[in-house]
Amino acid sequence: MSDSIAIELRDVVKRFGDVVAVDHVNLQIRDGEFFSLLGPSGCGKTSSLRMIAGFELPTFGSIIIHGREMGITPPHLRPVNTVFQSYALFPHMTVAQNIAFGLEMRKTPKEEIARRVQEALDLVRLSGLEGRRPRQLSGGQQQRVALARALVNHPEVLLLDEPLGALDQKLRKEMQLELKSLQARVGITFVFVTHDQEEALTMSDRIAVMNKGKILQIGTPTEIYERPNCRFVADFIGETNFIDGVVIGRDGNYTVLETPEGLRLRGLASRPLSNGTTATFSIRPEKVRLLTPNGELPPDGIAGTVISVNYIGSDTRITVRINDRRTIDVWEQNTRSTLDRDEYWQPGEAAVIVCPPDNALVLYE
Amino acid sequence: MIKTAPATTASARMRAAFSEGRLTWSGVALTVFSILVYLFLYAPIILLVIFSFTRDEFGVRWTGFTLDWYIRLFNNPRMMGAAWNTLVVATISTIVSTIIGTLLAMAMERYRFRGRGAVEGLIYLPIVVPEIVMAVALLAFSAIVFDLIKLVTGETLRRSLATVTIGHIAFSISFVVVVVRTSLKNFDRRLEEAAADLGADSWNIFWRITFPLILPGIVGGALLAFTLSLDDFIISLFLSGPGTSLLPVEVYNRVRRAVTPEINAISTLMLLLSMALVAISQLLQRRR
Amino acid sequence: MAMLQQQQQRRDRIRLALLLTPGLLWLILFFALPLVIIFVYSFMSNDALGRVVYEPTLNNYITIFTQSLYINAYWRSIWTSVLTTVICLLIGYPLAVFIARSPQQWRMPLLMLILIPFWTNFLVRIYAWQIILANNGIINGFLELIGVGRLSLLNNEGATLIGLIYGELPFMVLPLYAAIDRFDFTLMEAAADLGANKVQAFLRIMLPMTMPGIVAGSVLVFIPTLGQFVVSELLGGAKVDYLGNLIQRLFLRANPINWPLGSAMAVLMMIVLLVFIMLYFRATTEEER
Repeated sequence: MSDSIAIELRDVVKRFGDVVAVDHVNLQIRDGEFFSLLGPSGCGKTSSLRMIAGFELPTFGSIIIHGREMGITPPHLRPVNTVFQSYALFPHMTVAQNIAFGLEMRKTPKEEIARRVQEALDLVRLSGLEGRRPRQLSGGQQQRVALARALVNHPEVLLLDEPLGALDQKLRKEMQLELKSLQARVGITFVFVTHDQEEALTMSDRIAVMNKGKILQIGTPTEIYERPNCRFVADFIGETNFIDGVVIGRDGNYTVLETPEGLRLRGLASRPLSNGTTATFSIRPEKVRLLTPNGELPPDGIAGTVISVNYIGSDTRITVRINDRRTIDVWEQNTRSTLDRDEYWQPGEAAVIVCPPDNALVLYE
Repeated sequence: MIKTAPATTASARMRAAFSEGRLTWSGVALTVFSILVYLFLYAPIILLVIFSFTRDEFGVRWTGFTLDWYIRLFNNPRMMGAAWNTLVVATISTIVSTIIGTLLAMAMERYRFRGRGAVEGLIYLPIVVPEIVMAVALLAFSAIVFDLIKLVTGETLRRSLATVTIGHIAFSISFVVVVVRTSLKNFDRRLEEAAADLGADSWNIFWRITFPLILPGIVGGALLAFTLSLDDFIISLFLSGPGTSLLPVEVYNRVRRAVTPEINAISTLMLLLSMALVAISQLLQRRR
Repeated sequence: MAMLQQQQQRRDRIRLALLLTPGLLWLILFFALPLVIIFVYSFMSNDALGRVVYEPTLNNYITIFTQSLYINAYWRSIWTSVLTTVICLLIGYPLAVFIARSPQQWRMPLLMLILIPFWTNFLVRIYAWQIILANNGIINGFLELIGVGRLSLLNNEGATLIGLIYGELPFMVLPLYAAIDRFDFTLMEAAADLGANKVQAFLRIMLPMTMPGIVAGSVLVFIPTLGQFVVSELLGGAKVDYLGNLIQRLFLRANPINWPLGSAMAVLMMIVLLVFIMLYFRATTEEER
């Protein structure tokens, strides 16, 4: 990943009538990156992508591609190509004709077109299907044609609008890995839009989490997962336990939160929070440790009762009630065979949960 | 997405729309063009209606407001009779051709059988045959049939409203089939399967699931049939006899001789009536 | 098990028969049969009283192919029909695009607005055009007002063309609308994304994909136009003969009426149509390959 910037969004705003779809978004995507825009429906990620492609023009702000301000440049003159959610393959053309289209538009000589189409087909492993029509292909094959059609033009940036949405689970996971390795091989900057956080975590070099038109956090998958900077991001990515409370002070690096029931919890805050601020304690289920009670409560320990034990196969998910109002989810990986596991947590058992403050967060809003 | 206040003045909004790409020059040109086309379509109609109220006896200029022509119209039994006949023929033709056409459409869409191609050809042939060919064919046919009947029973039958109606039905069926078939093609058969799963027999399935959902298509076909019949001239001309009067033929005869705005008046009334019928059918549809 | 299946099959067959019978009966009796009669008549001749004489002959066809009156009528009708179809296409396509791209709730009303003029009477609308185009009519009144002076707008081929276009436009617009409505405009975005400007995107993507609508609309316009006779009479001043005029004359007005000759003209018209349609289909669907 180089340091040069492939795409920059500078204070971009997009209004549709009264509705603000993209709200002052600032973003820099580096050359060669696999960059994802992640968020729920309506968060502005697709609008942002379309503005990069040129299908929409910003109400305010600039789209800059490799240092060139795009302004009102129409899509067919921009150095980017898009893979559409519905693939948008031309039904009346064969696979080869579809892929060749962009090259034809640029008046590439015939022999070169033939050669590059073949290259593209090999790249997405569809050689031999040149003569087929889109309707004769499976969903996964159509998706790869859409990819080839875009990549054959050697765009400066490839934009992908939820391209895996229509595929079934297994195919999806396969394509995720394929796309990732493809991008590494080809070296082009990918801008990938998705609402599936697992997908984003798997494939991306960096992720921008969006909600309601704003970017909430930009970071690597580990940064986003381990250090979400707000409640929404922590909630949207993966699973987490939330406990509301009020900040009552600091303890070294940690911020201390007190819950209405009097529990005191310690965690890391992304920025200094003053006493009395309402905040949320957040810890991921796999980070919580579950111990059998043995008299003394360990530091950061809370006593509770096991309510349910759910066996998922690779891990076991245990819900522990710690007081009248709250339960905490704990995930334990089944590192050893569960077949001969006779002594395991049972509902009704007393237990102690420990929330190591290094793995816990105190989030504001 | 959150809401904020939009740009205020109209010109500011237009400029915003242009810069955001919502408004384009080609879009504006298209809209202007389309408005002009609609004006082109309605200019004669509007003039027709306006000139039904003019004092000018040739109905070409505006020389003052009057309801004379409407009064004269109501006192003109021939014209009123012709208009009434036209409506009756159109209604009967619509009802019969819609029923027959829907049945045919269901047969074509739901069943496989030998000779399907031939039946399809027969159904679509009327669309491909010019009206005048059909008219003269029916004319010749009716002449032979009447001769035969005379031979067998001694009765002399003449061309009448019935012959016209038969002709209208003959060419309307095909159009109804086309429209209803499209509706059936878009119909999701899984709904019928779900109904069967819930215990409905085929009669119930048809009336409570299929029929309501293809009703818009049937209504569309019926409207088309109604339009075609109401507007038809050629078949009406060739198939009506001395005793029958239909509006198109009446107007044709008058237009070639002397015209009075009574024609405008009757057309305006027909237009209002047709629009009322369509409005009613739309309301009935929405009630469901 | 087999019994149940057989019962079901029989029930199905009865149902099918019920569905097909009324339609087939009507169409065969009142459409196919009359056409056969016309075909047969075209080989007959008539007597001085205008009655059909059942002596087979090819005279009718020979007359049509040799006398300029008839040949000219064919060429004129074909040319006018082609012109009308092309102009209706040029007007109808943008209009159909406009409606298809309008907000959902406006589409039905806009389509209905196109049909409503058809609920007045065809002849009355032609008559209205007479008023508009007349020497002392609206347009000339306006032209006088702005100092251009009166033009002879009526009783010529142009007026006939206007009348024909006016009458056939909806039949072009409706199938076009259906095809354009089905068209996925995302494909145009994809084309633009791949470097096509608006013209290229239209010619390479939209046009081929809406071709079924174009064909349907063109066929629906060309056919009735070929057989028309009233518009040319009322707006064109009856100065020249079209196919329809001749057929009408032969069947209704001539003295004596000549049904066999008229039938031959009708049969020939059908053949011309079939040839045109086949060529048209061949030309437009081959583009898809």
